[in-house]
Amino acid sequence: MPPLLRVKDLRAYYFGFRGTRVVKAIDGVSFSLEAGETFGLVGESGCGKTSTCHAIVRLLPASARIVGGRIELEGEDLLGKSQAEMREIRGRRIATILQDPMASLDPLFTIYDQVAEPAYYHRALRGPRLRQRVKELLSAVRIPSPERRMKDLPHQMSGGMRQRIVGAIALAGGPQVIIADEPTTNLDVTIQLQYLNLLKDLQRASGVALIFVTHNLGIVAKMCDKVAVMYAGKIVEMQSVRGLFYHPRHPYTRALLNSIPKLGTKAPLYIIPGQPPDLSHLPAGCSFQPRCASAMERCRVEEPSEQHLDDGATTRCWLPLHEATTRG
Amino acid sequence: MATIPVRATPIGNLSRVARRSYRIVAEIPSLPLLMLSILAFVAVFAPVIAPHGKLDPVKPTPEQCQAKFGMANCPYVDNVPPFWTRGGTFDTPLGTDFLGRDVLSRLMYGAQISLVVALTGTLFAGGIGTLLGVLAGYMGKWWDQVIMRITDAWLTLPSLVFAILLSSVRGPGVWNVVLILALVFWSRYSRAVRGEVLALREREFVRLAEINGIGKLKIIRRHLIPNVMNTVMVLFSLQVGVAVIIEASLSFLGVGVPPPEPSWGLMMAQERESLMEGKWWLAVFPGICITMLVLSANMLGDWLRVRLDPQLRNR
Amino acid sequence: MGEPLLEVRDLKKHFPVGSSLLGGVQGWVKAVDGISFTINSGETLGLVGESGCGKTTTSKLILAAEQATSGAIEFEGRNLAELRGPELMDYRRKVQVVFQDPYSSLSPRMRVGDIIAEPIETHERVSRHEVRSRVAELLELVGLRPDMSRLFPHEFSGGQRQRLAIARALSTNARLVVLDEPVSALDVSIRAHIISLLEEIQTRLAVSYLFIAHDLAAVAHVSQRTAVMYLGKLVEVADSLELCASPLHPYTKALFAASLPSHPDEAREEIVLSGEVPSALNPPRGCSFHPRCPFVMPRCSEQEPLLCEVSPGRRVACHLYN
Repeated sequence: MPPLLRVKDLRAYYFGFRGTRVVKAIDGVSFSLEAGETFGLVGESGCGKTSTCHAIVRLLPASARIVGGRIELEGEDLLGKSQAEMREIRGRRIATILQDPMASLDPLFTIYDQVAEPAYYHRALRGPRLRQRVKELLSAVRIPSPERRMKDLPHQMSGGMRQRIVGAIALAGGPQVIIADEPTTNLDVTIQLQYLNLLKDLQRASGVALIFVTHNLGIVAKMCDKVAVMYAGKIVEMQSVRGLFYHPRHPYTRALLNSIPKLGTKAPLYIIPGQPPDLSHLPAGCSFQPRCASAMERCRVEEPSEQHLDDGATTRCWLPLHEATTRG
Repeated sequence: MATIPVRATPIGNLSRVARRSYRIVAEIPSLPLLMLSILAFVAVFAPVIAPHGKLDPVKPTPEQCQAKFGMANCPYVDNVPPFWTRGGTFDTPLGTDFLGRDVLSRLMYGAQISLVVALTGTLFAGGIGTLLGVLAGYMGKWWDQVIMRITDAWLTLPSLVFAILLSSVRGPGVWNVVLILALVFWSRYSRAVRGEVLALREREFVRLAEINGIGKLKIIRRHLIPNVMNTVMVLFSLQVGVAVIIEASLSFLGVGVPPPEPSWGLMMAQERESLMEGKWWLAVFPGICITMLVLSANMLGDWLRVRLDPQLRNR
Repeated sequence: MGEPLLEVRDLKKHFPVGSSLLGGVQGWVKAVDGISFTINSGETLGLVGESGCGKTTTSKLILAAEQATSGAIEFEGRNLAELRGPELMDYRRKVQVVFQDPYSSLSPRMRVGDIIAEPIETHERVSRHEVRSRVAELLELVGLRPDMSRLFPHEFSGGQRQRLAIARALSTNARLVVLDEPVSALDVSIRAHIISLLEEIQTRLAVSYLFIAHDLAAVAHVSQRTAVMYLGKLVEVADSLELCASPLHPYTKALFAASLPSHPDEAREEIVLSGEVPSALNPPRGCSFHPRCPFVMPRCSEQEPLLCEVSPGRRVACHLYN
């Protein structure tokens, strides 16, 4: 039985300045997603996590091209589909929630119109059944007095409410996968907690699989089952969430975990030396080696391949091999 | 996203600037750039490259005089057609007008006039408009009210009619046309610039300057004006085309550049009837020139608008 | 740690709402409604709260960008409202700010050397040579190279721009720097850089900070003491580590619950607040937090709790404790 979503060795490059500048935004990303699973995609800006989401729904900008790999939804190849076929998939089988709710909502249309749209197009609901569905969705995302608020416009709602409505729109088409790209970055912390709990409840109720893209490891700790850490367009580590926090295998993950201030302690933060990488001029060998505290000679020369470790973790690093051989 | 590695050696600076300039120039769409370069070149070097004078008739050859008037000598031969038609000569490749003056040379000198008038007129308009727009946007309150109400009123005036009015007061003349263009068009700038400034005013670097107690005039000079230049440049390039047409229209109507100066619009005006009489070259060539100038200015302005817009966010 | 540098007493800022043309003022937005705190020299006070709590307005009041409706701000013993002319300029020289957005806080068309030099040139009469050497010193202080002064802001990354903003804030030997969400817009790994830089600078220059943020962990790391704001009022003020160890006010507890765990099994008291932040135009009667409070008592809707000291250095505004 194939996984719900499988991405295999995906590569997408941006071509700029008339083809002279190549930015390897996604450079060999592989992961799979099962129904009901929450998969976290973590990384900083420029690591390729947003590009990966766009690639899955085939909405990369014109200057980008998918140059290799496969994306399969329930075994069906998505890369071979035409844009018309992808329109059937977007919203209906894969839905997205983006970061800025104000940008996701059309200021000129009522909440009803916007939540009803996917249900209208993808599920062919009409009339009273459509109204009923919209009401159900708004209640599911815990909008009080949905009947009344359906008629409101986006600017009449608060930020937290808007993001929940975006969630309702995502659910309206009845998708199997929801890709949430930093949905809580613009929200207050207490609203964020409400929202994350809501997402978890919705997921449990509908069995939808969730890809959660974020730079916040705290959200990952709370929400995700499986996590992949991205750096310079590659997945450098992928494990269960517990494995990642208790046994991080890649030096970047370890550095990241140590550089975050933790509540209740003033221990000095670990500072990752150097700057985030310039994707058009990546260093030779491992992309992280200029900043890596454990860099070896091999790292500077040869780009690490994916190592599958015994505990199920995957990492792109020469260190585990080295540790295994030195341990004998 | 990406970090541009920072190198700051002096030699590195120079070559960096050169490389950057080349990259910028390479990006400008080639067609308008080419057309504008040609026009600019011609305008600047007209006195040197024009085959004949702009005011004096071409000294005709005896054959021409014989063919036209049946005499051996004549002061000028009028309405000679372009060289590729019968009766034309290479000496006056685009023909001559009703006074025997070489059309090509007059077109070249006319380029001078059109470009100078359009550019300086638009520049003055831009200067006045930008200043007023910045004051209205930044000083706010009654500055804003007064300046914007005047702007609104000005904008409702039909520009051509207003220009005609002004010119009937001032009389014809090249610099009067410049003045008129400035007076008619400043309002377009002030409106756009005010909008820009309203947005800029809320940006943190302006707030910061205010917190630091820096005077308003200094803020306008150092922070606001440099940052509205993007919008102003785009507007400028788009307005140049309009200015050319207005000047041509004014000259056409007889209230712009006075004859015998060779303004393209004037040339078209004087040869209105010639078109009917079959002497198409007298009106068509100036028309082509005007079209070329306006088209390339517009294309450039459009490209500039698209190119500069995302950069306003500096990301 | 030294004597009080900034003392704020019962500070209020109310914005009028409604047309003042005919009907007069219809209501007041009580953005800041009676807050008092002290920042000692060389110390950092953290100010936490969510949107609409009034922390931005507070920073504007302290920066003299807005005038208080009532209450006092005393800096180095002088009341801000009484300062005029050169004394006010002196205040502005000594109290600087670093904003959140590294992309809009630097003038895009000025070279960074000029940006950093601007406060120096505004406040002091100094030769160009000295300005240049001070700019070079400042760049080194924040971990950048002096030869970068000729570059433009867009040639720097977000983290580097924040460093430039910090350099500018320190250019006039400020004694108090208001840091308004200085790391929220930066990448996770860069935040550590900036936080460490700020702490290092404080140790070296004994400058005080007002650290405003919504990320509790960052605030607690940088600040010696933390104040929690809700709807224009302070609900709790305490030593940062004590606050983390045992938050008293229900809102503080909710903030802690909401600030995400640092690992998956971290036990947290789950307090999910219901509803939204009420409008500052019509704050609830009594305690402004009571409609959302999981520990609400009848008294809370009638009487407003005052910020009182429940243990040395700890102040809470809640009927549970007084």
